[in-house]
Amino acid sequence: MIKLDGVGKDYSTDVTIGPIDLEIPQGGITALVGPNGAGKSTMLTMIGRLLRMDTGAIQVAGMNVASTRSKDLAKVLSILRQENHFVTRLTVRQLIGFGRFPHSGGRLNVADEQIISHYVDFLDLRELEGRFLDQLSGGQRQRAYVAMVLAQETPYVLLDEPLNNLDIAHSVRMMRHLRRAADELGRTIIIVLHDINFAAAYADRICMVKDGVVARFGTPAELMRQEVLSEIFNTKIHVVERQGCAPVAVYF
Amino acid sequence: MTEPVLATSSRAVATQFDGPVEPPDLDDSQRRTTGSFATAKGRRRYGAVVVGLVLLAVLFAAGLLGWGNPMPFGTAGFWLIAERRLVGVTVMLIVAICQAMATVGFQTVTNNRIITPSIIGFESLYRAIQTTSVYLFGLGGLVAFTGLWAFSLQLAIMLGLSLALYGWLLSGKYANLQVMLLIGIITGGGLGSVASFMQRLLTPSEFDVLTARMFGSVNNADPSYFPIAIPLVVVSSAGLWLLSDRLNVVALGRDAATGLGVAYKKNLIVVLILSSTLIATSTALVGPMTFFGFLVATLAYQLADSYDHRRIFPVAVLSGFVVLSGAYFILNHVFYAAGVVSIIIELIGGSVFLFVLLRKGTL
Repeated sequence: MIKLDGVGKDYSTDVTIGPIDLEIPQGGITALVGPNGAGKSTMLTMIGRLLRMDTGAIQVAGMNVASTRSKDLAKVLSILRQENHFVTRLTVRQLIGFGRFPHSGGRLNVADEQIISHYVDFLDLRELEGRFLDQLSGGQRQRAYVAMVLAQETPYVLLDEPLNNLDIAHSVRMMRHLRRAADELGRTIIIVLHDINFAAAYADRICMVKDGVVARFGTPAELMRQEVLSEIFNTKIHVVERQGCAPVAVYF
Repeated sequence: MTEPVLATSSRAVATQFDGPVEPPDLDDSQRRTTGSFATAKGRRRYGAVVVGLVLLAVLFAAGLLGWGNPMPFGTAGFWLIAERRLVGVTVMLIVAICQAMATVGFQTVTNNRIITPSIIGFESLYRAIQTTSVYLFGLGGLVAFTGLWAFSLQLAIMLGLSLALYGWLLSGKYANLQVMLLIGIITGGGLGSVASFMQRLLTPSEFDVLTARMFGSVNNADPSYFPIAIPLVVVSSAGLWLLSDRLNVVALGRDAATGLGVAYKKNLIVVLILSSTLIATSTALVGPMTFFGFLVATLAYQLADSYDHRRIFPVAVLSGFVVLSGAYFILNHVFYAAGVVSIIIELIGGSVFLFVLLRKGTL
């Protein structure tokens, strides 16, 4: 369980995030959605201890994010940012191997190699594993980074807009991979998404963030309603219900 | 809902794959390994590079010690001369270790392959100290400003400057690496200008003697510095070597490194301090070597062709020693033009710098 307790971040006197009180239960995919500048990424990076909060406390699986050693947290939660600086002379497999660093400290053993192979295959990177990162397309590189984060084998996985720069086919495939990671590997995945329809189709819970606070938190069925979406996104949004499929928000 | 995979032990986790996802078959998983190199060919190439560099290093070192030795080989006189020449070779080894390790470590933590640790003003500081001594005390001052105490004083001032900069980096809320580097460049530029101004006020003879000190040369070094220089170099370079694994992670950037459990800021500061100790020692020992570190690091990235610092460091040190001893050997025994070696190295270094800048894609 991830527990945020009065969490706040002050960028300036005008721009403040929080206070946020939230409990994200274990298991499944939780999507963070909301308009630009609402504080989704801030919230995620604070949970992932990449950004220091100014007030409040965050607990992940009972560990206080601010006071637990980074090394110990790396075995409980992994986080992937939007932009990643990449080393040119690094192959896909070597990058994914870094996911084992919290466990192996840079010396990979046979079990680590098996785990790496597993996540290479899990994200369909088998043919690309010997390629250098600068020889990949944006979408392929994105998948390699997600594989690295999954190879860290942490119960909690935080992803900041992993669908950025991905076309429709790759976005769908990425969400299916994450769905499988949640269902088959039992990971708790927190993901920042821009497209509300992806959240509705693949997430178990949606957390709607607006003006630095959590506006709504619930299942897609509860939140995929015209009045809720229109209010959060400041746009007229229709919700189309389909038989046997996830509801679709139409905003054109 | 399935239980989350708690990664308590790698082996326990590995067995969980037997469920929904097929584990890779045994032969396959044995073949698929993650090494420091992209391919087996890369590993063999690395081995060949190291062997080649070691051979060259031994060749040049032996050449510097024994070539043109006026005494017949094997006599006491031969060994006496070789022993005196050994000082120069030792200095070259120290400088190679200092410049190569410091530059590689510094470039990794700053995520920038076109800057060198001297950017934060070590060399300007060296120039300023030397110029001040001749400006205030005349030629006698410059000549007197040698020996262990002068060496230690210069070292202390240079380390003091860098520690002040990093201390500020440590404490400030808004302080960051870029700002620190910028302040280093500005400090260096200011010191350089002060030194140039003082140099204009010198007499031609004073200026002439000073100029000899302004170019790095192993002849500037004195074996009496070794008791301080060698332990500093051994400790600092061993420290960087032990940080290799963490440097590999830090190279991924601040966020990725933190996510992988590496304390970014702590490692950043430790590497910066170790790098500046090495560069300060090298500068105080032989004088400024602006492009040498850059040249050697760039060469090492190309030759090692690996992200792994455990592979880059040895190649960097070896190529540093080969370049330095090779340049001295050729200039001493082929062109009989000893003393201009740092100019040659800087010429080559400068050309490599321009070349790399213009084709930055391959950095």
